[in-house]
Amino acid sequence: MAVVKMQKLSVCASKQNRKAVLELLQRLGIMEIRTEEMDIPGLVRLDTAEQCSRFERAAENLEQAAGILGAYAPEKKKGQGLFAERTVIGRDRFASVLKEGKQYLCHAKEILAAEKEIEDCKGRIAGAEDLQLRLAPWKDLGMPLSGVQTKETCFIPGMIPGEWTKEALIRIASGTEEAPHPAEIFILREENRMTYLVCLCFRKDAEETEEALREKGFVRFAGETSGDPAEEGKRAAEEIRRMREKIADMQQQIRQYGEEDEAYRILSDAYRTRAEKYRLLGTVPQSESVFFLEGWVPADQADRLTRLLEEECGALVEPEEPEKGEIEPTLLKNNRFSENVEGILESYGLPQHGRIDPTAVMSVFYVFFFGMMLSDAAYGLLMSILCGIVLWKHRHLESGLQKMLRLFFWCGLSTAFWGFMYGSFFGDAPTVIAETFFGYTGTAPILAPIWFEPLTDPMRLLLFCMLFGVIHLFTGLALKGWEAIREGDYVGFVSDICAWFVFLIGLLLMLIPSALFSSIAGMTITLPGWLSDAAPVMAGAGAAVILLMSGRRKRNWGLRIALGLYDIYGVTSWLSDVLSYSRLLALGLATGAIASVINMMAGMVAGIFGGVLGGIVFVVIFLLGHTLNIGINLLGAYVHTNRLQYVEFFGKFYDAGGEPFRPFRTQNRYTEIKEERRS
Amino acid sequence: MSMGFVMALVGAALAASLAGMGSAWGVGVAGQAAAGVVSEDPKQFAKVLILQLLPGTQGIYGLLVAFLTLSNIGLLGGNPALDMGLETGLAILAACLPIALVGLMSGYHQGRTSAAAIGIIARKPDQFGKAMLFPAMVETYAILALLVSLLSVSFIQI
Repeated sequence: MAVVKMQKLSVCASKQNRKAVLELLQRLGIMEIRTEEMDIPGLVRLDTAEQCSRFERAAENLEQAAGILGAYAPEKKKGQGLFAERTVIGRDRFASVLKEGKQYLCHAKEILAAEKEIEDCKGRIAGAEDLQLRLAPWKDLGMPLSGVQTKETCFIPGMIPGEWTKEALIRIASGTEEAPHPAEIFILREENRMTYLVCLCFRKDAEETEEALREKGFVRFAGETSGDPAEEGKRAAEEIRRMREKIADMQQQIRQYGEEDEAYRILSDAYRTRAEKYRLLGTVPQSESVFFLEGWVPADQADRLTRLLEEECGALVEPEEPEKGEIEPTLLKNNRFSENVEGILESYGLPQHGRIDPTAVMSVFYVFFFGMMLSDAAYGLLMSILCGIVLWKHRHLESGLQKMLRLFFWCGLSTAFWGFMYGSFFGDAPTVIAETFFGYTGTAPILAPIWFEPLTDPMRLLLFCMLFGVIHLFTGLALKGWEAIREGDYVGFVSDICAWFVFLIGLLLMLIPSALFSSIAGMTITLPGWLSDAAPVMAGAGAAVILLMSGRRKRNWGLRIALGLYDIYGVTSWLSDVLSYSRLLALGLATGAIASVINMMAGMVAGIFGGVLGGIVFVVIFLLGHTLNIGINLLGAYVHTNRLQYVEFFGKFYDAGGEPFRPFRTQNRYTEIKEERRS
Repeated sequence: MSMGFVMALVGAALAASLAGMGSAWGVGVAGQAAAGVVSEDPKQFAKVLILQLLPGTQGIYGLLVAFLTLSNIGLLGGNPALDMGLETGLAILAACLPIALVGLMSGYHQGRTSAAAIGIIARKPDQFGKAMLFPAMVETYAILALLVSLLSVSFIQI
């Protein structure tokens, strides 16, 4: 449980060693380099934007090409998809790929061009097919669809819904007796309740004629075709055939590089790493012959790094004092169990330097509360087993994902623990199965709870939830106290922490023997006489200290007392915080109750069918229902465990504000290079 | 069938339907926002899906209370308490009301908060932890209501 101590170093080296220094730093990946703030007159910065973007683009091209190859050769690669895993390769493989880099990049660009061509062809095929479809009804026309336009007549091809006779259509097209506009109609074909026709009329009447037809749903043929429909159709078919051939060609061309996708990924990593190096280089201030760097290193690595830089690159390295107002980057170090919640902490915000790292304390409560909310032995075991298998099979997962999976592994165990405590295994599945299929008629559950079943005595569990809440909150307050002591703020420790403890414990001791409490708990607790005498004294003394001391930075006594009163009023927030832990009960009950409902339904339906069919129906309902229940309650448990940590627990002592440590390092997404690190 | 039995059924129906309506409303509102984000940045699908689902729990809570009620009045066990007294029926109806009403309102408002939180993901995808917290705040009240309904329903003796 610690924020790693950091040391600021400044590096100065001759320009001829620039490459060596940067590559060493990048390979080690233990220094966060900050050069933006270095304003030394007379120094210049290189413009490396062009190289940087060139390598980035190359990396992206290679990545896309590798993706395309993957799609063409659907080999079963382990860990692909959900759990993308880095491949471990040796130094020599890496070097040989890098040597052929230019050639691989050429191939990758060819692949991308071919893929683009294929997409183009597919677009043209779609267009040609559409044209074919639209031309099909016109193939007997024997003349272009644009028709023969003369000076006086007009040629209108189109279609009209329904089945029509020639006479009927002519009647419609020719208008009324008062305003006739003679027209001739040729019906070409009728299919799918559509009539395809050509209308010939005088050019001056064209609009009226078309309008008259349109009232019956006539649609003019739209499209740019000049030739005979039959000819055009053939041409489209020819085009489709040609495009298909071309696609096959292109696919062949792509396939010839089929085995190269791993090399592309390795190379894209290497290029991305180089782009990162150039990006940094562009921020490094340099003179004619030397350049300067500044940055943060974990303090225990500072000596090693200094020695390496001095010996290998002839650099001058000096430890520096941080400037005023400079925020040190935060790197956390925790034990193997606690480090798994670092991601959860990080999404709230990292601690600043000099403040405590709550990870270790939080990890215990996190796993404990998560288990209470999900609280089903089978669900927990499933979770743990699944996470365990994934972790076992994929050893080179990205570290954030790995931590998350490990966290869920532990949460699963805790869930299983609480499941057995509550006697819940897929809800009351053991009992239901025994009753449905094995004629069990007893009243006792098959899987007896170790502790007690929540639904039989919810008030008791509610009290325990609140007890856990009080412990959680008091731990938070104690951490705040510890921080105050570490900073040497003893007045603050007594008046802000101890006073609150005395006040709250006094209040609790007054509450416990009261009638209100015993009616909720269903039992009466009698405290020893001296304790119940002490309780009001404690509460009063605590309140008095808070009243007088919490506004101690104010000179004005009126204001000071007012602030004190306001702080005492804060006890209501303690009340609501403690009540908030009732979600431990509610979500725990929800899991168990929904699970029992699923079991009940499965059992009822199975009872109706009976026999083998009943068994099958039972299994189907059981699987579907419990999958749904796991999903919903997993989400709920995750969200609300986070909430209890973020709002209730952190609210008592923690404010984030640290900046994560971002060392300058290699940018490997796909590969992990196995090498002997020189130390 | 007695009036009491009808009242108890009305309670179960209200719990399932009002809370379900709240969730449907909320998940719908959040889903529109989620679809917008995914159309711009498909990589955020998993995150926005979780945020969209958050207002869905009210419906589950309502369903849960409804089922407990139904099982309490014997409807699920095939032995319904058809001659239940009016007072008992009304008591069950009252017990169902917290999750029904709070489920409706909190589902809707949690959905709107989720939609806003999905907006956070669109601009700052790394702030998922904080974005998730705002809708979870609203849910607290649904959980409290669930607790009251759950305890009341399971305490009422038929």
